[in-house]
Amino acid sequence: MTVPVHLRHDETFVLNLGPQHPATHGVLRVKLTMDGEYVVKAEPVLGYIHRMHEKLAEGGTFAQFMPNTARMDYLHALAFNHGWALVVEKAAGIEVPERAEYIRVITVELNRIASHLLWWAAFLLDLGGFTPLLYAFDDREKIIDLLERITGSRLTYCYMRFSGVYNDIDDEFVAGTRDFIKRLRGRMPRLYHDLVTHNIILIKRIKDIGFVSAEQCRRYGATGPVARGSGIDYDIRKNEPYSVYPEFDFDIPVFPEGDSMARYMVRMHEMEQSMRIIEQALDKLPGGPVMGKAPKVLKPEAGYYYSAVETARGSLGHRLVCNGDKNPYKLKLRSPTFSNLSLFGEVAEGMLLADALAFMGSLDLVIPEIDR
Amino acid sequence: MGLLERTQAALAELFPEAASAPGAAGEGGAEAPPREIGILVTDPGKHGSHLDVLCHPAQVVAVAQILDREGYFLEAISGVDWLDKQQFEVVYDYNRLGGEHCRVMVRTALDRTHPVVPTISGVFPAADWHERETFDFYGIHFQDHPNLIRILLPEDADFHPLRKDYMP
Repeated sequence: MTVPVHLRHDETFVLNLGPQHPATHGVLRVKLTMDGEYVVKAEPVLGYIHRMHEKLAEGGTFAQFMPNTARMDYLHALAFNHGWALVVEKAAGIEVPERAEYIRVITVELNRIASHLLWWAAFLLDLGGFTPLLYAFDDREKIIDLLERITGSRLTYCYMRFSGVYNDIDDEFVAGTRDFIKRLRGRMPRLYHDLVTHNIILIKRIKDIGFVSAEQCRRYGATGPVARGSGIDYDIRKNEPYSVYPEFDFDIPVFPEGDSMARYMVRMHEMEQSMRIIEQALDKLPGGPVMGKAPKVLKPEAGYYYSAVETARGSLGHRLVCNGDKNPYKLKLRSPTFSNLSLFGEVAEGMLLADALAFMGSLDLVIPEIDR
Repeated sequence: MGLLERTQAALAELFPEAASAPGAAGEGGAEAPPREIGILVTDPGKHGSHLDVLCHPAQVVAVAQILDREGYFLEAISGVDWLDKQQFEVVYDYNRLGGEHCRVMVRTALDRTHPVVPTISGVFPAADWHERETFDFYGIHFQDHPNLIRILLPEDADFHPLRKDYMP
């Protein structure tokens, strides 16, 4: 446990972590007030990669905003595609063919595995382990190649359209996805769990470190693996089902410990659950078109709309206000890490700096998604 | 009594004069009658939220306290600039972390020339950053906020870009 020996608030110094620091994975700055190696106060400073996507949304049509969605959370871009498509389809009352929804789920879940793999690699890199990154990137590369064939891009996807997806999947994609699942399942026990999860060095670094209580999650609005690592059984895919998720049999991994290890375990188990979803979706994949009918010019009726999806990092919400015009009157993006990071200051207080960094890594931060 | 009814009943105490108004029951989210304040049941399939609560700016803290007691968490705070009505609107989204699902949208209208609303960061620490963001983008002042400074824009910015009359 991280119990500070003796905090002397009269002898502190300020340490700027970032905005250019490898452990912050992007341009996040944390203003730390330190007492020796102990953190007295931690204050994240945001906005270094702020691009004002919400204003850009107001300036264009609904369809023109789709490419922007992938440029927020570049690790789980398809979930952001999906979230935007769903809220606009809800507002405009557009029907989506079943096959398109299945393909959306397959690609989103593949992307979720890729996101967790990259988090795993980067998190262990933060902790000083370089080798795992090579294994994770090897597997992630397979997913990226699969998605590239279908969506045309490797990272910043613009794959979904209102009423469907723009490109159908083919037999080669289906076979490649099945091969990938077989491969990852084969590598998981030895390369991921034996090498890393059961490794005493990792356990010493993250077990009982960075405790987040369930009540803290609620007060700060933390969702995703952070909440599920604190014993909260909350996943939008189950609690507020959207798309075709109710048709699949999968579990929501929940770990009650609330430490960095619990968040680690949640993500490791989620990869297996995503693979289960993909397998079932491939088995049940219906035929038919991948694009339905949507008007060329969308003019949803005036009103307030909200739609949430579960990204790799938590609940992504779109608060959309329409006034009957052809562009959004107001769009607020409720990005999951913005809320997840807001509890960092409270939790990091009194921690050793090295532990605070391990805790920050366990939150799985993607800075462009926080800053939007 | 379900969660929705329980929440509705708890919130109804704040609106004694609106409680007897007709049209408070669900209409499937169709055309809502114009109203000053009060609670409306909306269709989550269409609008994504179960309750649409309109309140006076002075009531937002009381609403937050009731929802805190009922176990809700704060999802987001958004500002809306209704330029033609000369009003700002602040939209609070509340939801439940697990268990029964119920999303409550709370809205309050502010005078555009003097936009002041009490902070709810004392009830939900999550509001701290969301209120700072709304201040950043709209210049809405959250009274008694402990640290109302810019969050996403540079600290020396002298504009509020999401105002509809903002010209870069």
